[in-house]
Parts: sequence; structure tokens; C-alpha cells
Amino acid sequence: MSQISLGMPRIASYGSGNLFATESFPHAAHRDLDNAQLRANLGHATGTIREKRLKVVAELPDWEELREAGSVLKQQVMADLPRLLVQLEENVTQRGGTVHWARDAQEANEIVAGLIRAEGATEVVKVKSMATQEIGLNEYLEEQGIAAYETDLAELIVQLGHDKPSHILVPAIHKNRTEIRDIFLAEMAGVDPELTDDPRQLAMAARAHLRRKFLSTKVAISGANFAIADSGTLAVVESEGNGRMCLTLPETLITVMGIEKLLPTFLDLEVFMALLPRSSTGERMNPYTSLWTGVTEGDGPQNFHLVLLDNGRTAALADEMGRSALHCIRCSACMNVCPVYERTGGHAYGSTYPGPIGAILSPLMTGIEAEENNSLPYASSLCGACFDACPVKINIPEILVHLRGKDVDAEHAKRKLPSQMDVGMAAARVAFSSGRNLALVEKGLPLGKLMAGPDQKIKRLPGMAGGWTQSRDIPAPPKQSFRAWWKKEHVPTPDTSQTPDAAAESGEDG
Amino acid sequence: MKIALFATCIVDAMFPRTAKATVTILERLGHQVLFPATQACCGQMHINSGYFDDALPVVANHVAAFSQGDYDVAVAPSASCVASVKHQQPMIARHCGDADLENRANAVGAKTYELSQLLVDVLGITDAAAQLGSYFPHTVTYHPSCHGMRLLRLGDRQLDLLRSVGGIELRDLSGPDQCCGFGGTFAMKNADVSSAMLEDKVKSIEASGAELCVGGDASCLLHIGGGLSRKDSGTATLHFAEILASTMEAPVSVSGEVELLTGRGRS
Ligand code: SF4
Repeated sequence: MSQISLGMPRIASYGSGNLFATESFPHAAHRDLDNAQLRANLGHATGTIREKRLKVVAELPDWEELREAGSVLKQQVMADLPRLLVQLEENVTQRGGTVHWARDAQEANEIVAGLIRAEGATEVVKVKSMATQEIGLNEYLEEQGIAAYETDLAELIVQLGHDKPSHILVPAIHKNRTEIRDIFLAEMAGVDPELTDDPRQLAMAARAHLRRKFLSTKVAISGANFAIADSGTLAVVESEGNGRMCLTLPETLITVMGIEKLLPTFLDLEVFMALLPRSSTGERMNPYTSLWTGVTEGDGPQNFHLVLLDNGRTAALADEMGRSALHCIRCSACMNVCPVYERTGGHAYGSTYPGPIGAILSPLMTGIEAEENNSLPYASSLCGACFDACPVKINIPEILVHLRGKDVDAEHAKRKLPSQMDVGMAAARVAFSSGRNLALVEKGLPLGKLMAGPDQKIKRLPGMAGGWTQSRDIPAPPKQSFRAWWKKEHVPTPDTSQTPDAAAESGEDG
Repeated sequence: MKIALFATCIVDAMFPRTAKATVTILERLGHQVLFPATQACCGQMHINSGYFDDALPVVANHVAAFSQGDYDVAVAPSASCVASVKHQQPMIARHCGDADLENRANAVGAKTYELSQLLVDVLGITDAAAQLGSYFPHTVTYHPSCHGMRLLRLGDRQLDLLRSVGGIELRDLSGPDQCCGFGGTFAMKNADVSSAMLEDKVKSIEASGAELCVGGDASCLLHIGGGLSRKDSGTATLHFAEILASTMEAPVSVSGEVELLTGRGRS
């Protein structure tokens, strides 16, 4: 199979697959904001999980130290990625596994399909995995005549509903139980037609459906939460036990993993196993953690393939300001605390990766100029809740601003005529780069007061500023600025007029 | 102490009362307030909108204005602008390859305080009624702005100061840590999401039953006040500096020349 020397890239190779917003964020958000059911579900679900997370995080007195350790470990991994990847490959190979390298989504899909075909299989079971969603594996396999069955309950709901996940941890967060029952009744072969929307009944129906698949399918596909370079061990962290079934029952296991998932040593898992469950589901420990190293005779899958996926990760790594986005352990804490995500849901972000991390990761992996991904870094009020929640301390707001800068530069390079925003920013630059200029602008304040009319409110503005007046008034400006008042009317108390501060008082005339 | 006032562009142009109140408080404590006349803006709007090149002269102007003059500390009645001075200005200088500006920006940043930080940490104010004579017989609820909370880690400084004002009654705000949806040009670029966030903030303010929503950032208050005004809500917004400046003898006039931040007069 294709062996590609990875090395540290000089030329960024961008990712492909499901990493793109095909519609600009404000447009997509506009539609999803109108979905009252979605907003209610999201508000409820994110609110509950936020509370749980805060509670279990508060239990650990060394939470901040753990976050720092997680952040530093990931920095080390990124700095030493080429060596660690080769070390992982050597250890996996030595223990009977086979390692494949995929530059992008297409290569990864072809590798996986080839491996399934080599086993003579036409069906596979799947453990919930972001990497395989990112590369659009299910759709690719379907084209190749291979059926891929999702076994995570929420993923199953999404798959049966011919839908897209809207949250990386709770993919069906946008569906309520009545909607789920309707999907099961319509799509699940052999389901009891009397099925109600009782959660237990729904779970039992899914369980019966999945058991049949687990017992009959010979190939499983998974992602991985972590890979330990010095032992070749892979780890999957999950809640339902479907992952454990997939990882142990079939004859062949194919794991698709982003190259950033590495940890140097087994001991490092300690830090991440303290960080991940608390941050993601708000639990002290998740119910199932599966670890496996290569192939063990007579126990578990007898063929193990590891597909290492780049797909734009080296492009992200090449961005000095943005590379820490690769530290992400996909816990979803940032989206659960995000006031924007809470209101729009995940679909508005287009890519497999929604929420604050998606708003930086997608454009970093595809380049800021790909499709509508340049609208993603603006999908934030920069409130900073994501940075506070992130267990590996990714400074998402700072990277959002950095990517906005890249977008503005890219747009300027493309455009001949300035945009409305460009004109406004240029005018503001002039006004804000000297006290005298700002004072001149402020001389116009009484005019604004006049414009505000008798009720002293400005209710409608043209152009971009119309976005503001869509839901907010602007008060009438004052008759004079502070600067003008200070100059004309301020009388210092206590009386310091004997010792005026020449340097500060003089200078440009306000 | 000689204290240089960074009024911030929005307060200077739109809410001079907030800057006047800041001056009043500091002078009442016996300090000398200076106003470096060449100051304009911290550059945050340009930076957060991605216009780094346009931000450079704005940043350079601020750093120049506050690098001269004999003062001990600088103060601004805005956490967001102080955070920008401390963190974003050196970043822009670095981005544009100006190491000298970066050093001077760091020096200015180190001397710059948000108003409640200065009052509590430097000037030792713990009881506004006793130490400042603050008196404000109204019910208020308090919205902690994101940048004060998360970038400057102000904690309860502003709230504790408010609690110690004579005659005041504080009402709890539900979801206080939730962003009001302002975010600079976010409010225009993503007006729908921003409005949805504001709607929820306005609801919780109204549910608090307070007469006024108090905060420490004029920009957030402009945003929240604009939403309250649009709904013709009876509630208005006010900067905490104005409450601290208010005394029994000289109460803050809530229906004066510049009205409250919502632009509506109250009597
Ligand atoms: S960015 Fe941080 S908080 Fe968000 S999913 Fe990744 S690890 Fe979790």
C-alpha cells in the first residue's frame, strides 16, 4: 500500500473531504436559528452537560495543572511528530499490525476500501470516529458497494435518518425522542411496529438491531482517541460498549487515525484519561476504555491495520499561531459552552468539526480560502468561554483573530475594489490614529444627536451597520465628547493647577 | 498618585459621563488625573476584525500617547480595552515586525489597569460607601463582561465594589457569565446569532426586576442598552463608575444631558 514519507512539510498539503462550509456561516446560521425545536434541544442539552462538567472539574484540586500538563505534552508531540510517528509505526508493525499512510481523504478511503475488499467483505461495523467522518468514508464505501453500519446509538440515529451529525460527542443532539422513534420505525429492519418513544424501548430496539450486525460482520472500522508511540498501543474511549464489541469481535480491525493523536509514552495516558471524560461527558471516568497493541493470537481481531491520516494536519502544523488546534482531543467542551454553537447547532459550520474548534480547525486544515471556510473564524463573539473550558488550553479566541487576519489579507490580495468593511476600517484607522483626528470626528456628535430625532434613538442604519439596528437602537450621541469637556470645563480637584503635567497636557490639540 | 486616564474611544465619543465619573472618583481620593491628549483608541476593533495592518498606526498612537508624560499608572473604565492594550497591542507590533514598538507596548500594558483593578488592588478600596461616599438608592443587576471575566480575571471586584455602595439593592442575574452577543463587528457580521444572544440577556435582565443593568464595559452596555431600548423595556444600563461617583449630595443624574446608555431618560 502507499507509503508516503511525511517529514515536516515545506509545502502545506491541504485537507479534503468533509471539512468545508459550503454556505457562509451567517446564512447557514440564519436558517438554523429559525428551528425552534433545534434551539430548545440544544439549549437543554448543552446546559445540562455544562453543569455536569463544572461539577466534576471542581472536584479536582489540580485541574489547572492537569490542563497545563496536557497542553505541554501535546506541544512536545507536535514538535517531535516525525520521530514519534515512525516509532509508532515500528511498534505497531513489530506487534503484528500493518501501518498505512494517507496524505488526504481520497487516499485514506482507497486504502480502507482496498483492505475490506481483500477480506472479501461487503459489510463493516463502525465505531464512532471523527476521522472517518472527516474523510467521508461511509459515502465512499457505499459507492464501492460496501455497507458501513454505525454502531454508536446517536450515530446510528443520524445514519438511519440520512442526516449529518451536529455535535462531535452527541451527534443526534438536534433530535428528540419522538423524532428518533419515527426514524427507527421508518428505517430499522424488523423493528416492532408498536415501538414507543420511551428511551428504554428505543435503546432496546437499537440493541437488538446492532447485535445482529456485531455477530455477523467480519470487518470493523474504528478511529482512535490516542496512540502510544513507545508501545504501539491504540486507545478508544467510549460510553456504550459498542466500541468494545467492534474492537474485539470481528476478524479484521481497521483503525483510521489523525497523525496528531499521538502520545509519547503510556504514562502520558494518565493525564489525558483524567482530562477527557470530565471534559466531554462530565463523568469522572467513562464506562469503556479499550486498549490494544497489534495482534494477539487467539484473542480479538487477527488482522490489524492502522491508517495514519494527514488530510491537512501538516498544513495546520505549519501555521505557527494556529498549530495548537492540533492539540484537540475532541472532548466537545468548547462547543458545549459556546453561546454561538448553543444557538445554531453544528450544521451551520458545514465541516465535520463544528463549534469553536471547528471554526479554527477547518480553515487551518483546508486553507482560509477554501469554499466558505473563511466565514468560520467570524462565528464568534470572542467571549473566551471555549478557551476556559478546553482541557488542553487551546487559545481558540486568539487563533480565531489570527485567522481573521489571514482572511483579510487573502481578500485584499484578491480584490481590486475595497469592500464596505475595508472602507469603514480605513476611515476608522485615520480617526483612531491621532487624538486630533478623533476630536475632529467628534465635532460631528451634535449632528448625530439631531439625527436621533425627538426620542433620541437611532433605529435604522444603512449597509453593514443595519445588522446592528436589526435588534438594537443606538442612543443619541452626547453634545460634546469627553475630550472637549476636559479641555474646556475640567477643573481639577484637588487643585493641581500649580503643577500641571506639561507633557501629558500638551501634545496634539484635542 | 498621578493617574493617566485612557478614556477609550467609545466612552470619549459616546459616553463622556463614564470618563467624568472615573475622574471624579480618582480626584475624590486625592489623586491627580491626567488626560494624554493624543490618545484615541486601543485598536481592538481593527484587530478583532482581522485588519492588522490598519491596526498598526492605531496601536502606535496609543503606545506613543502613553509612553510620554510623568504618571504612575494608567486606567481605563473598560476591561476589554485594557486587555487589548496588554495582550493585543504587543501581538500586533510583533506581527508587523516592530520589536521596538512591541517593547514599548509591553511597558505601557504593564502600567495600565482596569478601573476596578486599580481601585481594589492598588488603591485599596473595599468599601465604596465609606471610602468614596458612594450612594445610589436604586435596584440594579450586574452583568460581568466577558473580557473582564476571562481576559483580566477581574473576579468579583466590580460586583464587590457595587455591593459596598450606600443605598443600593443588588438583584441576581441568571446566567451572568453568558456573553451578551456584542463581540464588535460580530454584532453586524453575524447579526442573527448576536441578536439571539442579546435576546436571552435582555430576558434575564428583565427577569431580575432591577431598574438598571450595571456593567464595566461601555461597548457591552451600549449593546445591551440598545436591545432594552428596542423592546421599550423600562430597564436601562449604567457603568459602575457612575454609581461609584454618585453621592448623597451629588447623585448621578439619570435623566441628564446624555441620558443613560440606552438613550432614554429616567426620572
Ligand atoms: S478544542 Fe479543546 S475543548 Fe474543544 S473539543 Fe478540542 S480539546 Fe475539547
